[in-house]
Amino acid sequence: MNEQLQLDFDKIVKTLKISENEIRSKKIFLKKFIDNGFPNRKQENWKFLDISQIIKKKIIDLSFFYDYSLPNKIDPTIFVDGLEHNKIIFINGRIEKIDFSYEDKNQIEINDEIGKNFILNYENSLIDLNNAFTNKVFKILVKKNYSLKKPLIIYHSTNDKIKSKNINLSLNFELEENSSMRLIDYFIDNTDTSFVNILYNFNLKRYSILKNYKLDKFRNNNLKYSFNNIEQDDNSISETFIMSAGSDYFKNELNCNLNGEYSSAFINGVFSLKENQQHEIRSTINHLVENTKSYQLIKSVLGKNSKSVYQGRIFVNSKAQKTDGYQLSKAILLDETSEFNAKPELEIYADDVKCSHGSASGSLNEDSIFYLMSRGLSYQQSKELLINGFLLDVVEKITDPEIKNLIKSIIGLKE
Amino acid sequence: MDTREKDIEKLKDYKYGFTTDIENIKSPKGLNEDVIKFISNIKKEPKWMLEFRLKAYRRLKLLKEPNWQKPKYPKIDYQDLYYYSAPKSMKDKPKSLDELDPKLLETYKKLGIPLQEQARLNGIAVDAVFDSVSVATTFKGELTKHGIIFCSMSEAIQKHPELVKKYLGSVIPVTDHFFATLNSAVFTDGSFVYIPEGVKCPMELSTYFRINASETGQFERTLIIADKGSYVSYLEGCTAPMRDENQLHAANVELIALDDAEIKYSTVQNWYPGDENGKGGIYNFVTKRGLCKGTNSKISWTQVETGSAITWKYPSCILKGDNSIGEFYSIAITNNHQKADTGTKMIHLGKNTKSKIISKGISAGFSDMTYRGLVDINSKAKNSSNYTQCDSLLMGNKCGAHTVPYIKNKNFESNIAHEATTSKISEEQLHYCQQRGLNPEEAVGLIVNGFCKEVLQQLPMEFAVEAQKLVGISLEGSVG
Repeated sequence: MNEQLQLDFDKIVKTLKISENEIRSKKIFLKKFIDNGFPNRKQENWKFLDISQIIKKKIIDLSFFYDYSLPNKIDPTIFVDGLEHNKIIFINGRIEKIDFSYEDKNQIEINDEIGKNFILNYENSLIDLNNAFTNKVFKILVKKNYSLKKPLIIYHSTNDKIKSKNINLSLNFELEENSSMRLIDYFIDNTDTSFVNILYNFNLKRYSILKNYKLDKFRNNNLKYSFNNIEQDDNSISETFIMSAGSDYFKNELNCNLNGEYSSAFINGVFSLKENQQHEIRSTINHLVENTKSYQLIKSVLGKNSKSVYQGRIFVNSKAQKTDGYQLSKAILLDETSEFNAKPELEIYADDVKCSHGSASGSLNEDSIFYLMSRGLSYQQSKELLINGFLLDVVEKITDPEIKNLIKSIIGLKE
Repeated sequence: MDTREKDIEKLKDYKYGFTTDIENIKSPKGLNEDVIKFISNIKKEPKWMLEFRLKAYRRLKLLKEPNWQKPKYPKIDYQDLYYYSAPKSMKDKPKSLDELDPKLLETYKKLGIPLQEQARLNGIAVDAVFDSVSVATTFKGELTKHGIIFCSMSEAIQKHPELVKKYLGSVIPVTDHFFATLNSAVFTDGSFVYIPEGVKCPMELSTYFRINASETGQFERTLIIADKGSYVSYLEGCTAPMRDENQLHAANVELIALDDAEIKYSTVQNWYPGDENGKGGIYNFVTKRGLCKGTNSKISWTQVETGSAITWKYPSCILKGDNSIGEFYSIAITNNHQKADTGTKMIHLGKNTKSKIISKGISAGFSDMTYRGLVDINSKAKNSSNYTQCDSLLMGNKCGAHTVPYIKNKNFESNIAHEATTSKISEEQLHYCQQRGLNPEEAVGLIVNGFCKEVLQQLPMEFAVEAQKLVGISLEGSVG
């Protein structure tokens, strides 16, 4: 694989118009990735789902080259109906369009920052891979006191030009003081067996609000990895919702540093998995100063041969007194072949804190099914009603009513 | 303050911190096949036992010391340890207690172990392990009447080779992790218990471990077999003298419960934790594992951990028999510079198996405590359930409390519930107690004892009182 990597890397560099300096920095990341390879189960973080094995099994002849110089045709049928929105469209990992037509142009800055790789210092070879191969890094800056009028939808789509490719993309966001943004990641795939590697960095200044909704709903055979790094100043709020249901493999990783007092982070996630799907959410919340808050709720419904993993970690620094941290993960196993794994972790060095976690897993309650059936519902209907109720609980946590309704209609949940 | 006063001052902190000057026989320093042969030879072991040890040793050479635990420690030089140390007078084993070295008996008196037959009043049968050798077992007569075998491991190897051969290494195989394999290669003694079919052991069985000589590691091995329909409650207590260097304690404990049998294993662990600056103390790297082999069997672990510089152990249950039950109750207290990484593993293999985990961690001073646990429900373990509760209490902002549970559910008819909280002692509770005339330390003691109540209740009477006192002592000086 290493030769392939080197060849593909050289080809990509040729198509990109970047300086010697940039190439040199990319080469360092490539070397790091070649040294470490894809993460495997020997690393604690990848213990439950081993991506190097999954890639080996599902993708034959993985290639890292894609010619980013050729534009792709945008298919307007993929756009979300019934909601006015700004757009960023990725097709096969190439940015095709950035459209902020609903917003005040002076309040948003968009810069190509390929030269300034925002370097995240984590021991994570997928981030190295991303830094080595990304073709563009845009920085989107929302200026002071400006709130985006309409949500921004980022379309992640693929077309039939690619197969067995690795696609890397990354974006960098900065929300200045007292600004806010609603961001939806919308995944629509028309091809299969590619590996998509997404890296986002968010910088939230004082009093800013970020709401990020990741919707992976439509069934496809791609493998996806997404890493969100969120830096939060005082009184900032981040809210992340993850709908993890479409891809064969999807790992969402979130790292949230609460650097300022009274900042808070919310993570809500839903897994709804069927045949052979393997999904994971891993969150790390670092409470670094006093009076910070985090809340996490993750629910899974697992069908035949599916597997979901939740690894949540709350870290409380010794300075971070008055921390409030909460984690809850629940799973319903529908079939004898489904599997749920959890590792809710607390690492606490301050004493005046309130931290707790809970985890429960099991089958659907037979008594509840009996109750509903005695009221005239069929077995199947009762089951669906109970599952919908179970998942709706998480969707109800979404604070934005417009988007809550959109998500409800997308996933077909009724109240 | 002159040195004598200082010594007395020291003793106040850790009352078991005396050493006894008894001549020791030691094996040559270091770890190699000759040392293992020396140990086997001096214990007059049969050939199969030596084979067992050598097999473990060969395996050990391939293994690496694990390094994933939270508390890190300086590298141990395994070639710089004595692997066998026995009181000299043990060479010709005394026939009765009267022939024991009087100094040794005095040591046990200081420890408060009722070695003499007067112990009958207490109704506890005791096997005492001094450094690595089992010294005396009391109450033999009464136990023999019921057909119960309670003796030292070396004696069992001589007298009951068929049982030892069958069960030794059946729960912790020689191919296990580094420390367990090290123990299999060099273990010197320990306790052996066999409860015959249908017998309810009429008294609590008890072992006291003590490390006396310096630069020795203690590697004892305990094997408890409860045959069909039997019951036994077993207590283990540990102390060590105060020394500046760190001492290694790597024991193996294997429990086997056959059909309808029940084993209750309680530990009050009070090894020397090191002084308040974190110097010295015991490294307690123990492997404890129970196998519920038969249907309807039950194994219950109860532990009170207050000592050791570093505690690193996970008493586990393998629930293999249908309808078997595993329980784990634990209090772990760390103060000053102590570190603990402890918890349990519940592995559900049989149908209708149940497990319960109650873990209470208290950290104070500069200490660091981690609960690490695994609940694994296999796809064949239908209708199984697990309940886990782990609570941590923090005193001061220099210490840490961590919870790392691993939860794996592969069976859709099984339920797992897990809860954990971390908090500090509430100001209101403290205020309430102090208003009623308790000083702050007493108030904390009272609240902590309340916090630990669920676990303390599981201990046998005599131990519960001792444990309650220990909880108080361990936290002295952590308030204010």
